[in-house]
Amino acid sequence: MTEPHSMQVTVQEITTALKDKPGALLPILHAIQDTVGYIPTVCVPQIAGALNLSRAEVHGVISFYHYFRDTPPGKHTIHLCRAESCQSMGGKSLESYVKTKLGIDFHETTADGKYSLEPVYCLGNCACSPAMQIDEEIYGRVSEKTFDSTLTDLENLA
Amino acid sequence: MSFVVYVPCDSSAISLGANRVAAAIIQEAQKRGIAIELVRNGSRGLFWLEPMVEVETSAGRIAYGPVQVTDVASLFGANFLEGGAHALALGHTEELSYLKKQQRLTFARCGKTDPVNLDDYIKNDGYCGLSNALKMAPHDIVKAVTDSGLRGRGGAAFPTGIKWNTVLNTPSEQKYIICNADEGDSGTFSDRMIMEGDPFVLIEGMTIAGIAVGATQGYIYLRVEYPHAHKALNSAIEKAYEAGYLGDDVLGSGKAFHLEVRLGAGAYICGEETSLMESLEGKRGLVRFKPPLPAISGLFGKPTVVNNVISLASVPIILDKGGDYYRDFGMGRSRGTLPLQLAGNIKQAGLVELAFGITLRELLYDFGGGSASGRPIKAVQVGGPLGAYLPESQFDTPLDYEAFAAIWAVLGHGGVVVFDDTADMATMARYSMEFCAIESCGKCTPCRIGSTRGTEVMDEIIEGHDLSKNIPLLRDLCNTLLNGSLCALGGMTPYPVLSALNHFPEDFGINDKADAA
Ligand SMILES: Cc1cc2nc3c(=O)[nH]c(=O)nc-3n(C[C@H](O)[C@H](O)[C@H](O)COP(=O)(O)O)c2cc1C
Ligand code: SF4
Ligand code: FES
Repeated sequence: MTEPHSMQVTVQEITTALKDKPGALLPILHAIQDTVGYIPTVCVPQIAGALNLSRAEVHGVISFYHYFRDTPPGKHTIHLCRAESCQSMGGKSLESYVKTKLGIDFHETTADGKYSLEPVYCLGNCACSPAMQIDEEIYGRVSEKTFDSTLTDLENLA
Repeated sequence: MSFVVYVPCDSSAISLGANRVAAAIIQEAQKRGIAIELVRNGSRGLFWLEPMVEVETSAGRIAYGPVQVTDVASLFGANFLEGGAHALALGHTEELSYLKKQQRLTFARCGKTDPVNLDDYIKNDGYCGLSNALKMAPHDIVKAVTDSGLRGRGGAAFPTGIKWNTVLNTPSEQKYIICNADEGDSGTFSDRMIMEGDPFVLIEGMTIAGIAVGATQGYIYLRVEYPHAHKALNSAIEKAYEAGYLGDDVLGSGKAFHLEVRLGAGAYICGEETSLMESLEGKRGLVRFKPPLPAISGLFGKPTVVNNVISLASVPIILDKGGDYYRDFGMGRSRGTLPLQLAGNIKQAGLVELAFGITLRELLYDFGGGSASGRPIKAVQVGGPLGAYLPESQFDTPLDYEAFAAIWAVLGHGGVVVFDDTADMATMARYSMEFCAIESCGKCTPCRIGSTRGTEVMDEIIEGHDLSKNIPLLRDLCNTLLNGSLCALGGMTPYPVLSALNHFPEDFGINDKADAA
């Protein structure tokens, strides 16, 4: 993760580059989360200043959207689909399996910092339910077995 | 001459291993010293056969699937590059009955071409619609769309031509075209498939819309859950700019149209058009009161067309072949084709584009082949998380906006999610309430509070507590949501909840239908 000082520089660079776009706040927040991994609360005043918004407005936007986070994520983020199509193919029991296996609930990160678990409401992979996404990779017809082997593959890569 | 091999780059195909298969094919070809050209096409939408590999032969394209990495060596062994026999051989792609029985207008190119290759797009009838539109007066373009009978495919089924006409007739120095690519409904993936598999058709449709109504700026509001679509769109937009199909002077017409992709951030409500515009303006996605209509005062207060991906991607063929051509498909007031998405517990899940009018039963059994589990199909949710659950007794309903409205159901964005007899409909009703509570924008009380209350009441019902009190309470809450919500998130959550209760009272612990009232 980026050091506090360089993080401020990064945020400054991003806001300067994007602040003149119409409706710049979401593109700025995305760029920060893409680079830093999350949107640190300390940079809210900086963003607010650049866009002539109040801190409360910026904070309100960050908290409105499920995708934005203000805490650092684990090394990998697992987005597990909870929506109807995935439920019709055993998504709920997969969900309990994943939670037990990782020992965490949704919106939590494992103690070793390896995995964050987030719910997602459809990945557009409903023809191959149940589905999940890990970082940018999407997986279909996920079973307990393929979930385990996917994690093993990730750990072997590391 | 090298052999041409196709391996889809569609994210569902990738989720089943298409990238690994593509890499294995390249490697095996190198090992054997065979020159191949590997094209990453879109998906044909036959997902039980993905990863579906195709080869170009003198007799046309031949398909193999589902192909795993471990099959690659034997495919080469069987000379699949020239269409050789193999256990995974499916024959001529175009002859596959699932595809052959469809009427692919909007999806005509999807799966055939390299999605981000502009020459390929143009060779396959691409940009014919725009070139016609550039020779027409704006109101004639709008008239062609009106004549086609096209109704919005995002859910509300509002006539597209009428919307465009309002924007055309509202004078303003700045107007906008927004493509709603938030596709949040469970069971839907047609927007994603078009954006990944034929992004130029959407770009062309938006450009035609801009020329028609006098808008020079377009935005595609894309859900962040679609990283592959994001890449495909950006790559196609870049190529369209380079070749003069986008920019200050579209194809030398003197007309400007600019296009940019903006990402959402995981809020279902931002698919609602006014919430979407708030989000594009950089705010929380709170739903706006209407009027004013977006067509009069939309993004940044300017006249704005907001259309779904499929609505806009259907425009090029209408301008190419004429409004009448499109209108000749369909039934009643539902004209043209609807790309249906078969999902959930179904053997042959996929994209089925058909003229309106086929029945749900034909779709589920003739195309879908019954449930994936082999158990009886119990219920089908059509039209996303705000759509009703339909029982077997309603499977003969034709897919038509009015026929669905008549049974208190919706077609929505065309998603069809199948459940077998192990599904518990009370659990599904609880989930609908919970989903509404999670995704509510919070602007109105019935939705914000009612959905949380509804989840609690469903918990009581599932526990079997005091049904004679809790069932009427659930109905009351649904009535409040139906009548007192500002938008369809609160206003339509009662569709799945009450349809589940009415059609499957036994799952709510009610054994005598009269008690369900
Ligand atoms: C809660 C809610 C979510 C919606 N989500 C979407 C969506 O993801 N995609 C979409 O095109 N329309 C969605 N709509 C419908 C839009 O408000 C709007 O009607 C549509 O984008 C208009 O385009 P069309 O006329 O081409 O369908 C949603 C509506 C509501 C109430
Ligand atoms: S019904 Fe719900 S989502 Fe719609 S405006 Fe009201 S609170 Fe917002
Ligand atoms: S419902 Fe899970 S991917 Fe669509």
